[in-house]
Amino acid sequence: MNHEQLQSELLSIRNLMERSAKFISLSGLSGILAGCYALVGAALGYREVYGFASKMGYRDHYVTEEEVLVKLIVIASTVLLLSVGTAIWLSARKARKQGQGIWNPASRGLLKAVGVPLVTGGLFVLVMIVRGTYGLVAPACLIFYGLALVAGGQYTYRDVKGLGVLQIALGLLAACLPGYGIIFWSLGFGVLHILYGFIMYFKYDRRVA
Amino acid sequence: MLEHFDKAFENRVRLQIMAVLAANERYDFNALKELLGVTDGNLASHLKALEKVAYIEVNKSFVGRKTNTSYQASEKGKKAFAKHLETLENLIKQQKQ
Repeated sequence: MNHEQLQSELLSIRNLMERSAKFISLSGLSGILAGCYALVGAALGYREVYGFASKMGYRDHYVTEEEVLVKLIVIASTVLLLSVGTAIWLSARKARKQGQGIWNPASRGLLKAVGVPLVTGGLFVLVMIVRGTYGLVAPACLIFYGLALVAGGQYTYRDVKGLGVLQIALGLLAACLPGYGIIFWSLGFGVLHILYGFIMYFKYDRRVA
Repeated sequence: MLEHFDKAFENRVRLQIMAVLAANERYDFNALKELLGVTDGNLASHLKALEKVAYIEVNKSFVGRKTNTSYQASEKGKKAFAKHLETLENLIKQQKQ
């Protein structure tokens, strides 16, 4: 074997080890879209609570009103379902282009790692809503989502871990500054998703497409 | 120099199987098949060969009524694979000089 052959042999082995342990079909484009859904959702939610009738800084409604609360929950759930649906659809498409399935040991590991913090966070937020303590709902969403991403980052692109750390930081900051929940929520689920979606799209997706 | 290479890794598929099992705690048959893009028979014969030299261990479990066969690298196999990579790296270094 000559020098080039040896080197390409070693590279292909290392590549295979990486590919076998990490889910590399995660779509960056779906991150961008999830961020857009989140921003639209946040705008709709903002309109429900603050309205347009009042002057800047004064609310038309409060989150504690039941009708407003139900609308906010519907908006948030729609954003969540659309985002997850888009992520699965686009990742499956990317996997097909790579000649791989979407269901493999790496994706199973990813789901298991993400599942625990995500389900815990979801239930915790539900408990807060039921008990009427809304102040920490937005920070808790960000923190638990960030924890899920850090845990899942081990099974996919390393960038996901970085996104998770930023979400946690944003969540903690939001917890310190009550009343700005929707702004931090938009920054985390909207702006950061779009930013990281673009980074991952240019780093990984375009090579496949 | 080439005689230092492990005979078990002379075949490309066997080396690839070891690489996957070195990077993961365990891997099941179907996932290996999909990842490496080989046929059932081909993969099975190479797995048998690696099992024979005790580089891998086989675990059979049931998922519902279906059997699920997964494989993991033995200590011996991990060592042999690490040594193989080292040999490759040394060879590359030597050629550079």
